Amino acid sequence: MSESGSIFSLALGLVLSGDAELWSIIALSLRVSLTAVALACLIGLPLGAFLAVVRFPGRGAAVALLNAFMGLPPVVVGLFVYLMLSRSGPLGVFGLLYTPAAMIVAQTILVTPLIAALARQSLADLHGEYDELFRSLGLSTGATIAALIWDGRYSLSTAALAGFGRAIAEVGAVIIVGGNIEHVTRVMTTTIALETSKGNLALAMALGLILIALALGVNAAVLALNRTARRLAYA
Amino acid sequence: MRKLAKFTIVAALAAGLTSAAAHAEDPFIIVQSTTSTENSGLFKHILPIFKAKTGIDVRVVAVGTGQAIKNAENGDGDVLLVHAKKSEEEFVAKGGGVKRFDVMYNDFVIVGPKSDPAKVARSKDAAASLKAIADAKAPFASRGDDSGTHKAELKLWKDAGVDVKAAGGDWYRSTGSGMGATLNTASGMGAYALTDRATWISFKNKGDLTIAVEGDPKLFNQYGVILVNPEKHKHVKVKEGQQFIDWLLGAEGQNAIRSFTIDGQQLFFPNAGQENMKKAG
Repeated sequence: MSESGSIFSLALGLVLSGDAELWSIIALSLRVSLTAVALACLIGLPLGAFLAVVRFPGRGAAVALLNAFMGLPPVVVGLFVYLMLSRSGPLGVFGLLYTPAAMIVAQTILVTPLIAALARQSLADLHGEYDELFRSLGLSTGATIAALIWDGRYSLSTAALAGFGRAIAEVGAVIIVGGNIEHVTRVMTTTIALETSKGNLALAMALGLILIALALGVNAAVLALNRTARRLAYA
Repeated sequence: MRKLAKFTIVAALAAGLTSAAAHAEDPFIIVQSTTSTENSGLFKHILPIFKAKTGIDVRVVAVGTGQAIKNAENGDGDVLLVHAKKSEEEFVAKGGGVKRFDVMYNDFVIVGPKSDPAKVARSKDAAASLKAIADAKAPFASRGDDSGTHKAELKLWKDAGVDVKAAGGDWYRSTGSGMGATLNTASGMGAYALTDRATWISFKNKGDLTIAVEGDPKLFNQYGVILVNPEKHKHVKVKEGQQFIDWLLGAEGQNAIRSFTIDGQQLFFPNAGQENMKKAG
């Protein structure tokens, strides 16, 4: 029991010490994962809305595939992106491997299906409610999708948060495509993996606590933003 | 609200991508290396000295030797610094690298629980000790990841005349992970393990483990450095990469390696340009 107490005080000490290296690692984690989630929303929300609205042959299969991809193993995505971005791969000329951009690409691939699948689910329900109204207004498919996303923005923020949770917590993909290079591609999860392998279990656990607090902070911020927006909208 | 959201997204994307690009402008090289050099803190000690002199940022990707060589073969690095001489020579022979140079050595040790179920403590004969561990069916944690340490371990088992494949899952436990992770496993289940001394000394979760076998010349661990072949991969930064290799092999780099200590113990022994390898220890 005393060990968990010392881990907690270690985590607190790390945060309070204002250690520049720790803060740059935290900043990179947030930058990579938030950018990936933003990109994944740009792709995943319209994709999810499209699947919720439009009927076409093979739609059921597409939805099943999307749902299955929610469980993409990070290490496999990492390997796939590595093979693409490797100097010997098709996109090797850009020299993106071992950069934060490569990590953003990997996490975007990882969380897009999750966001799209959750968006499809909640927008399909919403579409059921509004279908007749949209029809009577004669809205085009594009306008319907845009209207649905706008109307469902609060519940979609939950999909975005789920994507963020998956991105910020994964280590398998970023350690392969980022290489865990100090000051360049080292993020919270790869640092935790590294410290564990050095046998610094207490430090690794303390970093884990900070990571959880970070995720909590982002979730609280989005929740607060949602609430304020809702209040303004209905005021 | 919509504008704000749009603006936030665009700003975040711009920040994410541009700062990713900004990093690429500093002169840097990528070194594919092993976990032992990184985890022990050697790079943290010597790289700032090199950077201060040349302004070149050395970005280390620390993976097992097998993966490091594979990455270098794909051209995903400018310099390779690993410890599996035979594989390194094959890598150069296949045209992956320009030339291999000895840089430094350290040695392997066999660590095990203090209770020493195989009765090998203070032995200087690595092969005989492994044989004793096998005979006692005492748990042994192996890297099992095609790393330099794993290759060295397999060679020792061969010398000992023990077929570890047959014992897999029984007393022989292949972790398929890095040195530190394997030591964590060994520490957790009271197993023997082969580790490089550098990782061992800096490892913080020793638990009940202690050094059982050391000082056998067979436990010698030589590191080599190779420039990735620019004829095969045009983007290789020949000038900066060669500069790093020349520095490592020269007096300054060798002194930097020598001056790296933990708790007063020197962990790596520079031996660039020495034809006859010294014994370990």
